[in-house]
Amino acid sequence: MEEQELPYVLIATIGGIDGVLEDHVEFLKKHFNLITMKQFHEHKSHLSEKIKAIYMWWNKPVANQELLSSLPNLKVIATGGAGVDHLDLKLISSFGVKVANTPFAVSNATADMGMALMLASARRIVEGCQIAVSPNTEYFAADWMGDEVTGATLGIIGMGRIGYKVAQRAKAFEMKILYHNRSQRKEEEEQAVGAIYCKNIDDLLLQSDFVMLCVNLTPQTEKLIGKKELEMMKPTATLINISRGLVVDQDALVEALQNGVIKAAALDVTYPEPLPRNHPLLTLKNIIITPHVGGSTTKSCRLMMENMVESILATLNGLPIPNEVNPPK
Amino acid sequence: MAKQEQPGLLIHEIGGVDGVLEGHVELLKKHFHLITMKEFLENKKRLNEKIKSVFIHECKPVIDRELLQSLPHLKVIANSGVGVDHLDLKLIASFGIKVTNTPHAVSDSTADIGMALMLASARRLVEGCQISVSPQTEHFAADWLGDEVTGATLGIIGMGSIGYKVAKRAKAFEMKILYHNRNQRKEEEEKAVGACYCEKMEDLLQQSDFVMLVVNLTPQTFRFIGKRELELMKPSATLINISRGAVVDQDALVEALQNGTIKAAALDVTYPEPLPRDHSLLKLKNIIITPHIGTATVQATRKMTEEAVANILAVLNGLTIPSEVIPIRCFREHTYALAYLL
Repeated sequence: MEEQELPYVLIATIGGIDGVLEDHVEFLKKHFNLITMKQFHEHKSHLSEKIKAIYMWWNKPVANQELLSSLPNLKVIATGGAGVDHLDLKLISSFGVKVANTPFAVSNATADMGMALMLASARRIVEGCQIAVSPNTEYFAADWMGDEVTGATLGIIGMGRIGYKVAQRAKAFEMKILYHNRSQRKEEEEQAVGAIYCKNIDDLLLQSDFVMLCVNLTPQTEKLIGKKELEMMKPTATLINISRGLVVDQDALVEALQNGVIKAAALDVTYPEPLPRNHPLLTLKNIIITPHVGGSTTKSCRLMMENMVESILATLNGLPIPNEVNPPK
Repeated sequence: MAKQEQPGLLIHEIGGVDGVLEGHVELLKKHFHLITMKEFLENKKRLNEKIKSVFIHECKPVIDRELLQSLPHLKVIANSGVGVDHLDLKLIASFGIKVTNTPHAVSDSTADIGMALMLASARRLVEGCQISVSPQTEHFAADWLGDEVTGATLGIIGMGSIGYKVAKRAKAFEMKILYHNRNQRKEEEEKAVGACYCEKMEDLLQQSDFVMLVVNLTPQTFRFIGKRELELMKPSATLINISRGAVVDQDALVEALQNGTIKAAALDVTYPEPLPRDHSLLKLKNIIITPHIGTATVQATRKMTEEAVANILAVLNGLTIPSEVIPIRCFREHTYALAYLL
């Protein structure tokens, strides 16, 4: 009996700085014939018709016109993570190719990261660690203080899956929770986390001690937080961004942090990533920046990979596709 | 009320490295005639009769037999903070003086620090910040991963007020919660946070991904996390200490971290504080240390002073004392342990 060939799936590379994780390769190879971009370029004529799916990790390989044109039998692009702002959905749809992301896989890890950043910023953990190990430290000063998280007011902008999980966690810290969203959540959902809807984003900005951005990046949310919004925030408030760098007007943020318009910021995302090494954000004392690790746990990455495999297999087998991203109208 | 009519309150000093916070002086002066140690030592004869209370902040002033003998009207020593391991309770009790602490003021901020350290450690936050700003950083590596906190197992050793608040917070992260305590908590309390009692500490150590120490320092808990306990922990586990440095055998911890017996540690407390600058713990890559900031918030420190004031006034006015620390005699060992009136 002829063994049926495993489907051919295009990836950027294995291992290294932005390749498919080495630990995932065994599982992937159980289901797919993995073709790296290098292999594809070397054997285009032979491989271009065989490739049915793209497994996109850390936004690579890039699905541009050139690549899409060279894959006549491409059925689906599975991308790791919740965001799809790196994809030209209209273009991909025009080739009749489906898109699937992994919105669920990263939500716990990302909500955890939001809480980690809020706590680290409020309690000055990074600074504290530096003091604890510094060769110059002779004693711990009694008048060195942070801000209390318990009982403070958290304003969540974007109450999707991740935002809601942040609210669930913040509730246990007895935080007062305000939220702003395109649409109001159901009453039971609000009550479960004690969240109060602010139809007007200004109300949230004016009252919050911590403002956390949990939105998608869309044309509507690009530079959602600019000079005007930062000025509405309390001068004692902290901005936390776990969504996308472009949601914030970075120049306005630099100015706001320099002038004490807001107290501090904690960013897991910037634009670009990494920031240029001479960027003003890197020199500020009242900011902490992490290298886009919101979804970066062993467990979540494993789950992402499994979700992506599932989406690809479902597409190729003509079944309903889990986590399909609807094409723009 | 004229200043001289207010009861005298002895303090170490105002401001500086370890003095009473300048912002709290007004609150204290509302109720007390403040006397610093310097003033007292310069004027013992005139002041010793006035001093009815002592306010201890950052473990100062130091209470020894000589000081107690020179304060014949001293009724109460009010500690700012919950730990009183720096006080000789037996000695103080022998003078008929009451001791109070501030368990309520500290619990939220200390529980928050426990969570902050667990999250920072698991998600490699401090390391991540260094990468973000390093001049050498050209790209962010895809294979740089941390550990998931959601759904992991947290073992809480010491389920008093602070330990319980940690459990409440951890529950919201869907953590599986185990706890070890001198006594089992009531069933409703356990159910409310989904905590499972481990009568044997070994069971907790073997199953936990994160072990958090939230005990008092007593003769029983002194170095109770040592080589044996660290070896019982999973090699993938993290030890978090928000209690007192001396509950951990630091040499054993260094060895365990160096050899991969446990994965990592996050300490808000060490012994001594700060550690000597050449201490091995400071050289390890798999540890984060914060400078004993469990209660270092504007709100908590304010509450601590207010709670101490309330304790002192209750003692001096013969009312029920909110947070008295009572030494207990242990028949077998003739040692003293702590009990709180919760």
